[in-house]
Amino acid sequence: MSLPALDSPQWHSSLRAFAWGARSVGSTVLTLVLFATYIGIGALAHDTHFSLAWAMASTAFVWAGPAQIILITTLGSGATVIQSALAVTVSAIRLFPMVVSVLPMMRTPQTKRRHLILVAHLTAVTLWVECFRFLPQVPRDRRIAFIHGLGCGLISVSLISTTIGYNLAANLSQMFGAAILMLTPLAFLFSTARNCRDISDVVALVLGLVLFPVAALLNSGVDILVSGVTAGTIAYGVHRWRVRA
Amino acid sequence: MSYVSEFFGDWHALAILLVAGVFPNQIWRMLGLWFGSGIDEGSELLVWVRAVATAVLAGVIAQIIVQPPGALASVPGVVRYAALAAGCAAFFATQRSIFAGVVCGEIVMLAGKWWLG
Repeated sequence: MSLPALDSPQWHSSLRAFAWGARSVGSTVLTLVLFATYIGIGALAHDTHFSLAWAMASTAFVWAGPAQIILITTLGSGATVIQSALAVTVSAIRLFPMVVSVLPMMRTPQTKRRHLILVAHLTAVTLWVECFRFLPQVPRDRRIAFIHGLGCGLISVSLISTTIGYNLAANLSQMFGAAILMLTPLAFLFSTARNCRDISDVVALVLGLVLFPVAALLNSGVDILVSGVTAGTIAYGVHRWRVRA
Repeated sequence: MSYVSEFFGDWHALAILLVAGVFPNQIWRMLGLWFGSGIDEGSELLVWVRAVATAVLAGVIAQIIVQPPGALASVPGVVRYAALAAGCAAFFATQRSIFAGVVCGEIVMLAGKWWLG
C-alpha cells in the first residue's frame, strides 16, 4: 500500500488522515511482530493468574511490550510492588527520548501541547520507528491525525492478540514462549538498523549493544541508562566531529 | 464466580497495575511531552536525544539476549547469540529486510533449542 501524494485532496480532512494511518497498520511487518508478542504477553498474564481485563488494561495503558513482560514476570516471581515499579521505571526511560524526538516531526505553529498528549501515549518502539518511515509522506498539518490512526490501529491489533494469547495459554509450549520472547530483540534491532540514516545512528546502535554487557557488570539497577547515555553521547560526538570535518 | 467478576479479577491487582505499570511508563512519556513540545526540529540537542534513544533501545535489546526473561532463559546462551548473528547476516544479505532478519533469527533459535534441548 502506498500513501496518497502530499498534495492529494485525500489529506484535506483529518478523519481521512486518521483512516490512512489506521490502514498503514497493514503495511508494516512490525504489526505481525506486535501480534505475536502480545499473544505471548496474554499467555504470560494468564499463567501468572491475572484477569483478562488486567491483561487488556496493561496493553492499552502501559503500551510497551518489554515493560509489560518485566511487570508480569517480576510480580509473578514474588517481587514487591515497589521492586517491580522500579524495574519498569528503568526500562521505560527510553520512552522519554523517543517522545522528545517524535513530537517535533508533527508540531505546527498552531499545535498546543494538549493536542500531543495522545501521540505521547501512543509512542513506543513500533510507532517511533514507523514515524521516521511514514511521516515524510504525510503533510505536516495531518501528521497528528495520521499517527492517532496508526497508533490506535496498532493498539487494537495488540488488544485482540492479548485476548487470543490469554485464551490459548494452556496450549502453548515452552518452545513457543521462547520463540515469542526472541521476537522483541530481533524486531527492535532490525527496525532500528533500517532507520539508521547517518554514521552516528549506527554508532549509537552498535555501541549501545556492546556497552550494555559492560555496564551490567556495575549492577547498578540503571545499567541500561548508563550504557545508553554513554553510547549516545559518543555517537553524538562522532556526529559533531563529522559536521566540523 | 460470575463472568463479569472473572473478567475483572480483583481490584487489588488492577491497582498494582496502575502503580507499577502505568505510572512508571506514563511519567517518562509526559516528561517527554513537556520537554519535547518546546524543542526545535533541527536543534543539536535533538540529535543527541535521538542518539541516546537509539542507544537505550540497543541496551533493551542486549538485556533481553544477555539476561533473558521467562521461557527464553531455557535457551542456551550460545543459541541466543547465534540466532542474533544469523538474523544480522540475513538482514544485510537481503538489503536490510526486517522480515528476513527476524525469520532467520527465529529459525536458528528454534533449531538450536531443538538440537541442544
